Amino acid sequence: MSHPAILVENVTVHYGDVLALDAASLSLDAARICGLVGMNGSGKSTLFKAIMGMIKPDAGRVLINGESPAKARKAGGIGYVPQSEDVDWQFPLSVRDVVMMGRYGHQGFTRRASKADRAAVELALDRVELSEFANRQIGQLSGGQRKRAFVARGIAQGATMMLLDEPFAGVDKRSEATITRLLKELASDGCTILISTHDLHALPHLCDEAVLLMRKVLMHGRPEVVLQPEHLAMAFGLDVLNRDLPVPEAAAPDLTSPDLGGPNLAGPGLAGRTASNPQGRS
Amino acid sequence: MDLVNILLEPLSYDFMVRALITTALAAIVCAVLSCWLVLIGWSLMGDAVSHAVLPGVVLAYIVGAPFALGALVFALIAVTLIGVVRNTSRVKEDAAIGIVFTSLFALGLVLISVTPSQTDLNHIIFGNLLGVSIPDLIQVLVLGVVAFTILILKRRDLTLYAFDPTHAHAIGLSPKRLGALLLGLLALTSVVALQTVGVVLVVAMLIIPGATAYLLTDRFSRMLVIAPVISAVCSIAGIYISYYLDTASGAMVVLTQGAAFAAVYLFSPRQGLIGTRLAKARRKKAVALAA
Repeated sequence: MSHPAILVENVTVHYGDVLALDAASLSLDAARICGLVGMNGSGKSTLFKAIMGMIKPDAGRVLINGESPAKARKAGGIGYVPQSEDVDWQFPLSVRDVVMMGRYGHQGFTRRASKADRAAVELALDRVELSEFANRQIGQLSGGQRKRAFVARGIAQGATMMLLDEPFAGVDKRSEATITRLLKELASDGCTILISTHDLHALPHLCDEAVLLMRKVLMHGRPEVVLQPEHLAMAFGLDVLNRDLPVPEAAAPDLTSPDLGGPNLAGPGLAGRTASNPQGRS
Repeated sequence: MDLVNILLEPLSYDFMVRALITTALAAIVCAVLSCWLVLIGWSLMGDAVSHAVLPGVVLAYIVGAPFALGALVFALIAVTLIGVVRNTSRVKEDAAIGIVFTSLFALGLVLISVTPSQTDLNHIIFGNLLGVSIPDLIQVLVLGVVAFTILILKRRDLTLYAFDPTHAHAIGLSPKRLGALLLGLLALTSVVALQTVGVVLVVAMLIIPGATAYLLTDRFSRMLVIAPVISAVCSIAGIYISYYLDTASGAMVVLTQGAAFAAVYLFSPRQGLIGTRLAKARRKKAVALAA
């Protein structure tokens, strides 16, 4: 294929006066799994939104398979797995209802489900091993099952590209392994997968490549290279390197594990920086 | 007097028959719409739009245009103003809503006070269920059927919009347009319900049935049946009660819906206060026995 699956060229996005993305560029080939790493506020969500065409960049452009995001959306190629906090888990829908929403782009004016739609939904449910839970209200699933339900929606949709926002947050180890296996299967079927995360330990098993984001793409390469501490320091601040410094107990467990475990980057700004830097300076 | 007589006696009056038809219709349309409003969290928006249409209705009356047109225009103005105030000042959304709808409502009241034939227009505020004329009935019928039909045909898209607008966008639908459609239907439905309970109480019809149904089921498709059934039954019951007790009919309709919500809140098997407490006690007992 001549075109990359996802091409982001010098995309700049402002929210008011705040610079969210600063000439970010990224090219991702089809059927690859790419981990997007960066701290909160590094522009991960903004990059997702730009790829989906939810925000118009102030500068630069995004191409999906060489075409505009609008065309890719119409073709039903873009699947999206939202962050847990963005979902109303009390919403009165069954797992099957949610997966069926993946088919809406293929349906007519009133989105009446055809036989083919129903078959696609059952197949997708089976693939993520949620068939027996199909009639449950979505909030009655475990963290990992919830994620799989949304992956199933993407599968039913026939997405050739899937964007996952923090898929491992609130997911236990076993479910994490199941999701990892599932995503690898999807990639081997040709699906391009972009995962945004600040949870680093899952990445090397899962991803073919990793991207380090801090408003711009700092680095893009093999996960084991990108995730080296000196590289992470560029994106997360220097405290990642200050491991030998005494740290308060609350932050200590996260900072002790070497290489991949790394710090818990969920809140580096708070836990890491404010805790360790003052001591470093004093 | 036996039950049949109790039910039939009011029907011998034409105005009661018209009142019952209008109420049932408004109750059903409002209830269907309320299912989405309570799930999106648009209750306050429903309150705002239903109040803000008042000046539109009054102006439409003055120039002799259809009420629905004036209402739609002012619903649009209200929503736009709320968005502008929220996005361009440090005022938060709930305050923006409060400022805009009360101001527009007040404008409506002022317009009423300077318009001749005040009695007619005062009915818009508190409803005039027992004075529904044939043209009123026809207008409610047409608007109600239009709103109902669109809601039902587009129910899956609207539910998707309520649940996950990002996915809607990702598969090529326009969340913006779906939101606008829902707001338009909200304005239309407000006009339908004006006649029944008046501007002040429309919001009750737009929230209570959906909230009640939400406590009774985990399936949206079932909410769409439960809410209008409860709402219609309560509204008709409310009118009968107001007939025999000689109370304000619109207010009685809302009171009955509120009572139904209270009953469900307390006794709903899965979500009800008493049901969940009992289940908790049973679990505790089972644990104690097992130990």
